[in-house]
Amino acid sequence: MVGIALAGDRAVTPLPPAKAARDNVVPLHPVLPGPAALRSAGLVTRLGLPRDARLVQIAFLGILLSFGVLIRDFTLQPVQMLLTFTAGLITQAVWIATLRLRRKGYLSALVTCFGLSILLRADSVWVHPLAACLAISAKFALRVHGKHLFNPANLGVVVATTLLPGAWISPGQWGNALAAACWFVVLGGLVTGKAQRSDIAWAFLLSWLGVIALRVAWLGQAWSVWWHQLGSGALLLFAFFMISDPMTIPDDRRARIAYALLVALLAYAWQFVLYRPNALVFALFLATPAVPLLDHLFPSRRFAWRGARPA
Amino acid sequence: MPTPKTCARALAAILLVILATDAAPFCGFFVGKADTTLYNKASQVILVRDGNRTVISMLNDYRGEPAHFALVVPVPQVLERSQIRVGDRRIFERIDAFTAPRLAEYFDPNPCERADRQVRDLLARNAAAPAATPAAKRKDQALGVTVEARYTIGEYDIAILSATESNGLETWLLRNGYRIPKGASSALRPYVRQNLKFFVARVNLAEHAKSGHAWLSPLQFAFESEKFMLPVRLGMLNADGPQDLVVYALTQRGRVETTNYRTVRLPTDAELPVHVRDDFGAVYRALFDEQARREDLRAVFTEYFWDMSWCDPCAGDPLTPAELRDAGVFWVDPTGARGALPVMVTRLHLRYTPDTLPEDLAFQQTADRQPYQARYVLRHPWQGRPDACPAAAGYFDEVRERQGREASTLAALTGWNVDRIRSRMALPPVAAPRWWESLWPATAP
Repeated sequence: MVGIALAGDRAVTPLPPAKAARDNVVPLHPVLPGPAALRSAGLVTRLGLPRDARLVQIAFLGILLSFGVLIRDFTLQPVQMLLTFTAGLITQAVWIATLRLRRKGYLSALVTCFGLSILLRADSVWVHPLAACLAISAKFALRVHGKHLFNPANLGVVVATTLLPGAWISPGQWGNALAAACWFVVLGGLVTGKAQRSDIAWAFLLSWLGVIALRVAWLGQAWSVWWHQLGSGALLLFAFFMISDPMTIPDDRRARIAYALLVALLAYAWQFVLYRPNALVFALFLATPAVPLLDHLFPSRRFAWRGARPA
Repeated sequence: MPTPKTCARALAAILLVILATDAAPFCGFFVGKADTTLYNKASQVILVRDGNRTVISMLNDYRGEPAHFALVVPVPQVLERSQIRVGDRRIFERIDAFTAPRLAEYFDPNPCERADRQVRDLLARNAAAPAATPAAKRKDQALGVTVEARYTIGEYDIAILSATESNGLETWLLRNGYRIPKGASSALRPYVRQNLKFFVARVNLAEHAKSGHAWLSPLQFAFESEKFMLPVRLGMLNADGPQDLVVYALTQRGRVETTNYRTVRLPTDAELPVHVRDDFGAVYRALFDEQARREDLRAVFTEYFWDMSWCDPCAGDPLTPAELRDAGVFWVDPTGARGALPVMVTRLHLRYTPDTLPEDLAFQQTADRQPYQARYVLRHPWQGRPDACPAAAGYFDEVRERQGREASTLAALTGWNVDRIRSRMALPPVAAPRWWESLWPATAP
């Protein structure tokens, strides 16, 4: 599920040296230390991880997409993937050229395209490219105080499934293999850890699994129901690859935790009061307008991707 | 990959063999009134839904004494008499036949004639088708159980209960002579807490004798609910071993899938050895067993999805508007006079145990309209001689290779031993030579 959209924004704020050093400490790294040349060029950290967390994220999304297509019977045609990436990258290029933006690259667009490919299903070939085009355009067109409003992949999926014919989300597509769930946690933890916004992923998981636990206890259901929810691949993917997009969540930590709680409560209402499917995706979409409000109430330093091109 | 439609059009000779459903799980549990051991191994459910309007028909394979049969189903509201109907078992047979996994058969053309894979002989064979006293009321209230309604409909005596407490409901069922499976109270509790009502049915022996049937008729309910789900957990109480459920979901817009479990398509369009024709039922059962085992009984399999107005190839005649209405499809005009609204059928098959299905099944209707069917293909070799023409020798080499692939495919799908399949096809075994046989080929047999 998806995505971190990025926009190496107008307000690029350097991190204090102490924090930057702390952020370099990453628990796991699947990549061998890179050559000294790359380090001196600032492209990789001392541990060999790419300095820009989006590169790590793209690698993981690629692994997840391959896993889904090859092992999980995703009903995704290669041409749909190809068109998603083509349309997404062209849209990004057109906006960069039109607005004459110098500091923007294509990483965020790639992340969005991966997210759409992983999440969105369609029985025609034009839904994916159209969703990619709308999602990436919204990043440039819908902005509040210089910060884009919607998580692009989330917006693309919501618009496609509600407004376009022949599009849907398969929330059960990952199954509940706990081993796979553990992998998501490890991979996602690495990415959100790099992106310095992992607090929201954990706050969301705690809130969501907390309300589910209350429901299980209240109804007297077996705890296997709770474990079943915990092992949902869709949930973990949402927590680590969608809601944790640092560009579309509040800048202040307290506000992020409040926002995670809000999304969890909205999702609960969507799923267990209205009995509608795909609660997490729709809850995030509905909660998005609260982000500018929370940023206004709890102003803090704007996020910027380390490794994004300097101004 | 060509679509099933184009494949089917390219076909010449098609033989359809319909697999009779091996029985199918239920949304309730059976409770015995005597010491008979009851099993609830398999059920079939027709789930018709558009908006919040829902019609559920349930058929089980209960084969015990009718007097011992009882059914408990959680329902969202107190159902009026007019919302309950005893359905026609034949409708299940019709939908089953129409959606069953199928076998298609082709005959190779004479390689000596330059025939562009034109197939002849169209063979189409359908093997288808196959009341309480005031004192009792006070007691009920003390248990927190209210008998909201009682009806006798067809061969069933039906009570609609509401309960404030699962232990009270369990006691009520026990006092009224139902032998409740162990664990009933805790299984009932989540439904009581959600304020669901309980539909309790048992067989009215006098009415059942009048019907003259050896089997029990399906029960149908019509109601409105936001929840698109099936309460299957109760049915696990008297299960011993895995249960099967076949759900026929009838909708207007698109394919139905589960939202809290994986929904996967069975491998389809595989070419299998021609001897499969003799026992396709056994082959398909082995195939399903193997696929369910590989998914650890944690996946829901799609066996068929198509618009009900046509099929290609057809495993059974499409249902008439009147039959669709009997199945509960309320948006169909029985006379066919008004513009026809689409009816899409999704056939889902799952095998599960209480451990592999911790939550009731939740469904969603997707926007997917791509038809899908579990279809297996036989290709009969041309019956000629290798020396009939120069092309014939090469043709028979290809046939041998193809038969080898067919044996491997069948082995992969069913988990059967490939050499046994090959010996049945008169092919040599594929077992790799042991290392010393490779070292000293002369010693190999």
